Amino acid sequence: MAVARYIKDEKDQILDVIYESGIHVKPLYSPKDLEEIGFNYEMDLADPGQYPFTRGIHPLGYRSRAWTTRQYTGFGTPEETNERFKLMISHGQTGLNVAFDLPTQMGYDSDDEMAEGEVGRVGMAVDTLRDFEIAFKDIRLDKIGTGLTINAVASVMLAMYQAVAEKYGYDPKMISATPQNDILKEMIGRGAWIFPVEPAVKLIGDTIEYSMKVMPRTNPVSVCGYHIRESGATPAQEIAYAILIANAYIDNVLARGYDIDDFVGRFSFNLNVFGNMWEQIAKFRAARKIWARNLKERYGVKKPQNMFLRGLFGGGGYGLTKAQPENNIMRGAYYALVAALAGAQTTALCSYDEAYTIPTPRSALISLRTLQLLMDEVGLRDTVDPLAGSYFMETLTKQMEEKIEEEMFKIENYGGIIKAVSDGYIQRMVARQAYEIEKGIESGELLKVGVNIYKEGESMEVELHEYNYESAKKQIESLKQVKRERSERDVKRTLKELESATRAGKNVMPYLVDCCKVYATLGKMTNVFRQIFGEFKEPSLF
Amino acid sequence: MPHNKNKIKILIAKPGLDGHDRGAKVVAQALKDAGMEVIYSGLHKTIDQIINIAIQEDVDFIGLSIMTGAHIPITEKLMKKLKEKGIEDKKVFVGGVIPSKDIPKLKELGVEGVFPGGTPLQETIEFIKNKTKTP
Repeated sequence: MAVARYIKDEKDQILDVIYESGIHVKPLYSPKDLEEIGFNYEMDLADPGQYPFTRGIHPLGYRSRAWTTRQYTGFGTPEETNERFKLMISHGQTGLNVAFDLPTQMGYDSDDEMAEGEVGRVGMAVDTLRDFEIAFKDIRLDKIGTGLTINAVASVMLAMYQAVAEKYGYDPKMISATPQNDILKEMIGRGAWIFPVEPAVKLIGDTIEYSMKVMPRTNPVSVCGYHIRESGATPAQEIAYAILIANAYIDNVLARGYDIDDFVGRFSFNLNVFGNMWEQIAKFRAARKIWARNLKERYGVKKPQNMFLRGLFGGGGYGLTKAQPENNIMRGAYYALVAALAGAQTTALCSYDEAYTIPTPRSALISLRTLQLLMDEVGLRDTVDPLAGSYFMETLTKQMEEKIEEEMFKIENYGGIIKAVSDGYIQRMVARQAYEIEKGIESGELLKVGVNIYKEGESMEVELHEYNYESAKKQIESLKQVKRERSERDVKRTLKELESATRAGKNVMPYLVDCCKVYATLGKMTNVFRQIFGEFKEPSLF
Repeated sequence: MPHNKNKIKILIAKPGLDGHDRGAKVVAQALKDAGMEVIYSGLHKTIDQIINIAIQEDVDFIGLSIMTGAHIPITEKLMKKLKEKGIEDKKVFVGGVIPSKDIPKLKELGVEGVFPGGTPLQETIEFIKNKTKTP
């Protein structure tokens, strides 16, 4: 939350500034600093669109194309979600980002006992293809890309997205889905895991392999430093772990005998924007460079466009406060500025009321307008990578690069990312860091406006998004109806085939698509996996 | 399991399907640092599982962390089961994304303390210490 440690003397003069990643900031930077770090334009930056892409992946940045805005949306029934999608599109949003309710994220049907009280609460409930048919009705799936914010059962949702597209007459080759599909980060933070590490990573490999052949415009995995950072990781750790996690998915697909250039270009990243703004901008610039170098040098990627770190830079949830919530509107604007100065391809913002409720239409619109005014009003499209060449920014970018590499090295030394996640090494470390941050805020060492300084003044009343118990009932009714109308024989047959394919270790995707098309439920498909794979055992905290 | 009866024993639990556990883990560490014995349930626990851990570990307090907005139905269910099992002496507190208008409702259900996100850690620690003092 709070962003840096400031060491001051009794006159409030700043003696030292220490960023979360451990970098000390000097009061003044000059050409000497660039000399000291051996700054070389071609090696360290190069022009935008040129390896190592520090300055961005497109030669003209936002001059050629503004960022895609993709507010996280979805709640209640598929009908309500469809309405909200259309509302956001009519307000000029250029991509969709589906929020699923927790039962869906965890592979339970709406009528399952485990789903009680949660159906449609934090996102849209999805049981069968019928729900996708309603949610995506009248939306041009060949024109708009859709983020599917789901992980443990991303394979099922991607299959369902293909099924709905085909149902509406779109060629799967023309549709573009971005399932989040990053299970290792769920095990570090956010917690929506189901299966153990090994089969969970195998499922991700299946989606990548399948997309390559059937849905080439799909981005099958969005590697999320985002939630790792939300859980207490430093900016350097966020990038280090995200890259190592991406490498784990790459290794799974390479083991199947593919050429890396055939698939890695569709990887994307979801990274966080809260924190000290200079540290974040340097983080994104360094991340692009390290990802490109990782792919080129470690994996021998040949095509430059496959080395792009494409990403959604946004969110910023942990930075927002419950105290004085209206301040979060301003925070959001600065976080979005960070994303724009760092050249994000796609963005989204947490809304100011998220410490209270899931966003109301009004708060979601304020976030969208914040993003739009940066592009269209205040000048963020004017020139690409405007901070390049700054003595401070280039020094900091180089220092961030070193910090990220140090963090990567620590994990590799420990035995690799899979081991570090499986036995809870990373989880315990970020939990400890999160605790240290809270202590810093309580002691006043880390400053947070409205929380431990400038606390005076009344807080506004926040309008709450009310959970509608009726939508849960409606969803369960609609599921019953689907079950009455579908062919039980087809459902049994396709589930049986899914089971055999899973046991045989085949790519499960075509079997999932078959199940979806005959209206098998998400819960039943997930159960096939639960029975064969078992469940992830959470490492202990202490 | 026998435990040192001088030490306050607390179960920090994550009921239901939500996996956002930063807050729960921070509170668990803070209580531990304040000298209490803390059990952390881990994620995705049913109310029955939470009750079983509370009985087995013979805890004095159960702290629920709920971020999804489902704090009323979840807490209601827990309080009912505590009664059924005859262990309503265990004190319950709730944290997470809790709008202030819901605090009286939670108190009516028998919850002793409500600590929405942003509550200073010291407040939770003091609450537990005060509630432990013999009257």
